[in-house]
Amino acid sequence: MNFLSSEDQIAYRDSVATMLAAEVTAESIRSRWNSPKGVDEKVIQQLNEMGLNAMLVPESCGGLGLSEQDFILLAQECGRAALPEPLVDNVLVANAMLADIACSDLDSAQQCKDLLSEVVTGKVMLACGHWINPFINMADINEWLLLSHGDEVHLVENSAVELLPQRSADPSRRIFTVNWQPSGETRIANGEIGAGLWRRALNRGALGVAAQLIGLSESILHRAVEFTTDREQFGRPVGSNQAVKHLLADCAVSLEFAKPVVARAAYTIGANSSDADYAVSHAKVAASRAAQLSARHGMQVHGAMGYTWECDLHIWMKRCWAIDKTWGDAGFHKNRIHERLLDPSTLMGAEHTFTSITSETFNSQKGAV
Amino acid sequence: MDLRYTASEESFRIEVRQWLEENVPSESLKSFDTEEGFDQHRAWEKTLASDNWGMVTWPKEYGGRGCNLIQWLIFEEEYYRSGAPLRVNQNGIFLLGPTLMEYGTEDQQARFIGAMASGEEIWAQGWSEPGAGSDMAAIRSKAVREGDDYIINGQKIWSTRAVFADWVFCIFRTDPESTRHHGLSFILVPLDAEGVTVRPIDQLNGLPGFAEIFFDDVRVPAFNRLGEEGEGWAIAMSTAGFERGLMLRSPARFQEATKKLVALYQTKRNDILDLSLEDAVVLCYLDAEAYALSTYATASRLMAGGHIGAESSCNKIFWSELDIKIHETAMRLLGARGELLPESEDFSEDLGVWLDGFLFAQSGPIYAGTNEVQRNIIAERMLGMPRK
Repeated sequence: MNFLSSEDQIAYRDSVATMLAAEVTAESIRSRWNSPKGVDEKVIQQLNEMGLNAMLVPESCGGLGLSEQDFILLAQECGRAALPEPLVDNVLVANAMLADIACSDLDSAQQCKDLLSEVVTGKVMLACGHWINPFINMADINEWLLLSHGDEVHLVENSAVELLPQRSADPSRRIFTVNWQPSGETRIANGEIGAGLWRRALNRGALGVAAQLIGLSESILHRAVEFTTDREQFGRPVGSNQAVKHLLADCAVSLEFAKPVVARAAYTIGANSSDADYAVSHAKVAASRAAQLSARHGMQVHGAMGYTWECDLHIWMKRCWAIDKTWGDAGFHKNRIHERLLDPSTLMGAEHTFTSITSETFNSQKGAV
Repeated sequence: MDLRYTASEESFRIEVRQWLEENVPSESLKSFDTEEGFDQHRAWEKTLASDNWGMVTWPKEYGGRGCNLIQWLIFEEEYYRSGAPLRVNQNGIFLLGPTLMEYGTEDQQARFIGAMASGEEIWAQGWSEPGAGSDMAAIRSKAVREGDDYIINGQKIWSTRAVFADWVFCIFRTDPESTRHHGLSFILVPLDAEGVTVRPIDQLNGLPGFAEIFFDDVRVPAFNRLGEEGEGWAIAMSTAGFERGLMLRSPARFQEATKKLVALYQTKRNDILDLSLEDAVVLCYLDAEAYALSTYATASRLMAGGHIGAESSCNKIFWSELDIKIHETAMRLLGARGELLPESEDFSEDLGVWLDGFLFAQSGPIYAGTNEVQRNIIAERMLGMPRK
């Protein structure tokens, strides 16, 4: 039993965090808002060079064979930087889903393997349109899309679909609805197989949101502390007032008790544990509560400045508000927990926190199909 | 990261479970805030100590098992699972014990730790005074050195378990010229000493769970001082760290409570009109699990050489608020019958247990440092916000 990340994991995270801190500033995010695609090609390229696209692809398919545990540390940093590029969904959901099929014995495996070899090098980009999400963020920058038709999985070329741009409250998001026609040619997994794949994709997507929400909240909290330390009223920093301190202390408490939950969720997905649905839903609910509180209190302590377009705070707040409802809203995830509580086979009690994880065959490799 | 128990952790769990199954009293004990219940709980401490299960993290030479923190968590999980009695000597074993090991001389450790572990001597805590609550540095009670003794005068209040306990550990002002946190010393006082008067204070449930202690020219040997004269504040702070840290409220306590809450919810579910109760039950369950995961994460960090700092204040806020949420939710599920006291004619055992827990939960955000003080600590020491 050990809850700590390894030194390698920390080192990888730190290298990505350093790059993001240098390249993704509030100023550069604002300049993306006025660009046609809303992305910085250089940042996409740098993250690809750091191996992100290959992370969750098995070594047998030319990837790095790393796990969700490794990736969420990076996803938190993407949140901290409010990175506009849709990297977390692409890598954690789309690339991993394609790898699941490529490593299976489905008829479409070879086709997926071929495409995967181009995805891991960053030559082409792949997004995932899950039925639970009404929009795909930045669908237009991807050459390929994984789309759902019922539970079937379809692999469709971008040129074969109609993308309808929609406007998000978060100016960093470029969301699209997709018009397309499924066919036998585009289908790469039938509904029976697809149900498991979509379920796994949803868990990974929700995990990615939870991890980003942690980073976003920490960044908001950091900004709020800085602002209330510098800003003076009545001849002293506003942050010296208990009423202000307590608002931010509550955010810190909420975050402290969300972080290990997100870490456990990543572990259960990587281990193919039967606890994954529950653990991911818990992570999403916990991170969402921390993020909503941080956005609310973070803005409150900024006073009127926090309500302006000029103050950078809304870059982080709006991301929290927007992605919070993606990959299953609170109702969806709380309902999964509620079902667990009513299920007579659920092992309840203090001694069972890690029972399933310990007793099930540990399998860090893929095997979803 | 590896969230599986090792084979040795699993076999430790089985060993704990077997011992508890053979030894936990089949009938629940009376409250330790009654004379009869106190004696029953003292006997249970002796039973635990007889097989070195009293404090598993203590070194073997002090009657422990030298367990690491993961093993401690496993022990606690099994302890709550078995329905074993509450720990009447928690002031001693969780707070004073570790402090003695850190600051006590060999002679002091030999004198006090064994008797504490066996339940022979039960401890009360004596820090607060009428004028020193959250502001503990305002302590005025004095201990004046006279030869090899201290002469103590003053008053302590809110001393948990002091009504039936044998000893109390206190902080007194040993330098009469000093102010605030200077000039204080950590001194152990037998409650049967001449000049000590204990006045019980009834708590919300009507039982004397704490007391006022009056000291009128009480003479204790200087041997009873822990650490150097004037070091009392630093020692008390380290004790407070233990209290708010990991040990005082293990997650198992709340996981067992939410297990019972979910069972209660299942029996009431079809009659519920208040739809927000579903959400409340789900959140209680999640928060109890989150507290467990966080404690495992902290234990891993401490075992790798890390420290627990202001995070212990986060813990204290989280478990005390969770305890209130769990019991409020249970009272909402019980509805109008929830007000029934255990001795009522219409009494069913669960009603009394939830009510008792509900009343006790109200004290959580106050004792061991109010949650407002904890929020100040988090803001200033964890987040780095300005003090003034």
